[in-house]
Amino acid sequence: MYDAPNLGDAVDQKETKITARGVQVYYGDTHAIKDVDVDIEAKAVTAFIGPSGCGKSTFLRCLNRMNDTIDVCRVEGDILIDGEDIYDKRVDPVQLRAKVGMVFQKPNPFPKSIYDNIAYGPRIHGLARNKADLDEIVEKSLRRGAIWDEVKDRLNEPGTGLSGGQQQRLCIARAIATEPEVLLMDEPCSALDPIATAQVEELIDELHHRYSVVIVTHSMQQAARVSQRTAFFHLGNLVEFGDTSQIFTNPKDERTESYITGRIG
Amino acid sequence: MTDATSSSPASKPSTSLMTIDARTKKRNAAEKRFRSYGVAAIVVAMLALVGLMTSIISSGAPSFKQTFITLDVYMDPARLDKDGSGDRDKIAKVSTFGYAPLIEAAIQKAVDGNNITLAEGLSVKKAADLVSKEGPAEMRRTVLADTSVIGETLTFQFLASGRIDGYYKGRVTMETAELDGNISPEQLMLADDFKKAGIVETKFNWGFLTRADASENRPEAAGLGVAILGSLYMMIVVLCLTLPIGVAASIYLEEFAPKNWITDLVEVNISNLAAVPSIVFGILGLAIFINFAGLPQSAPIVGGLVLTLMTLPTIIIATRASLKAVPPSIRDAALGVGASKMQAVFHHVLPLAAPGILTGTIIGLAQALGETAPLLLIGMVAFVREYPGAPPEGFFDPAAALPVQVYNWTQRADPAFVERASGAIIVLLVFLLVMNAVAIILRRRFERRW
Repeated sequence: MYDAPNLGDAVDQKETKITARGVQVYYGDTHAIKDVDVDIEAKAVTAFIGPSGCGKSTFLRCLNRMNDTIDVCRVEGDILIDGEDIYDKRVDPVQLRAKVGMVFQKPNPFPKSIYDNIAYGPRIHGLARNKADLDEIVEKSLRRGAIWDEVKDRLNEPGTGLSGGQQQRLCIARAIATEPEVLLMDEPCSALDPIATAQVEELIDELHHRYSVVIVTHSMQQAARVSQRTAFFHLGNLVEFGDTSQIFTNPKDERTESYITGRIG
Repeated sequence: MTDATSSSPASKPSTSLMTIDARTKKRNAAEKRFRSYGVAAIVVAMLALVGLMTSIISSGAPSFKQTFITLDVYMDPARLDKDGSGDRDKIAKVSTFGYAPLIEAAIQKAVDGNNITLAEGLSVKKAADLVSKEGPAEMRRTVLADTSVIGETLTFQFLASGRIDGYYKGRVTMETAELDGNISPEQLMLADDFKKAGIVETKFNWGFLTRADASENRPEAAGLGVAILGSLYMMIVVLCLTLPIGVAASIYLEEFAPKNWITDLVEVNISNLAAVPSIVFGILGLAIFINFAGLPQSAPIVGGLVLTLMTLPTIIIATRASLKAVPPSIRDAALGVGASKMQAVFHHVLPLAAPGILTGTIIGLAQALGETAPLLLIGMVAFVREYPGAPPEGFFDPAAALPVQVYNWTQRADPAFVERASGAIIVLLVFLLVMNAVAIILRRRFERRW
């Protein structure tokens, strides 16, 4: 079943989780993503950087088909996760999203208790057979979200009552409660202060041992700090994709260089 | 180069902050003017409201009081059961006219027992007119319910006739009684004597809320019982139909429907329906529910269906607005953890929209409760003496409705009915206030949760 196109030497010996080939995205008449090919490694952090409106968030949302909720959005090309085309007619986006979790730009906990925020995903996917199972999943997820110690005494309080950074870590914990294989993060730190950002970054660094993480960020320092691979998008094109150290120290494309040195974007 | 300073555009002269310049003064004046317009508008609105409420309450409040005459009546077997057989069918043949002499006898006894002298020219028969025409009917009902009371002396609390009642509410005076064919000053004087003796008294009128409507010449017996029941039944029908249909339609349109010309058309039509005059819905109800579907006239089910049609657009618009107000980030969050669209809507969006939906529904119901015009067309204006049965059969029995009852009573000649109509408006307003209060409380409760 593993019939993805030849991946070339970009991936070395690493396992590829997501393969995108010739992806085009249109919003009505606007051509938002132009012919993007990308290979995302398993158990690594891949950062998408680029100026505002370059399509990095749009591309991220293609990976778990969140763009389906936008009527005018049209996606062409192939996106394969473990060799399976996620835009195949047989794929139910609901199942896909359980496999590919997502964390949003603005922390968006449900207006329910902290416990229910985490338990919601496992409940609807039937991951817990009983209350004890569910309790265990909630604790495990909150621990992995590095927020357990702060909330363990107030699991029944509303998640919306936490601070911004805590809310975002709660959302990350919620996303990993459904045992996804890929975690998509759309500028997860843009609404947070530097301390909360540092905590979330630390968390992302830990998460990549277990999940494939794709993060969209505006902060190049953040991309440099947390990611192993970096993709630079510009005007809907994937300009350059490579190891983070190479992108930041020795960019091959001059647009990448201009961007990371602050001359465009 | 020396004229450079003079040719440059006039620079803003530096002024003291302690003096207010002309421009600022003008702006401040405009603001003050605008504020006074606002205050004036509010004052006018409040005055209108206060005027309305005072007029309604002052003319309607007396209808909650009623004059009663307490008499001991000997249920004379010679009148009610002439052959002494005790046969109910024969007793039933005695009409209310047969009971009138018993009241006359009771009046005579009350007059003698309290050393009252009847005024010149006031016959006992005339004196018995103090008691409402409803009195004999009440006695007859008592007898037919239990024939064994014949031969006993029973204490009845009769309604006083409308004019006597009006006398104690200031509607009838000695001067007007002089000119009135239905009442004489002598009768009023007798009533005063009875009042001193404690036979006539004015007290709270539960009958106004429980009795059925009464005919033109006995306003004292008219009550809102059937109308309240009819309105209640209609509200049940409206609630049971509009809430599921309206909420389902709004959820579909807002969350699931594709955006194309068909949904646009549906949307435009819903907005248009909300603006259709209510009487048009009455014509529609008459044509469809009564003439085509063959449902009975004057029935709460038909009224409820018509009001449902009228309320649906209101509820759909309110529900859609509150669904729209739920932040999209909540939908994203739910979809992001792998909820299906329906789960996202029912688990997350709907609970957040619930206060708005409830408020919209209750406001819609309140609107339907006060609606008159369409009900006139489907026959709810009929004179209904009988209470509708218990639901669900009761939905098909003839009934009245509160606003129609108001309309009905204002049409009648006797000023006592004008008072009753204002009383009915007070009842209607109380119901509306209660419903709005419930809407506010529910809203507060749901919103405070998070």
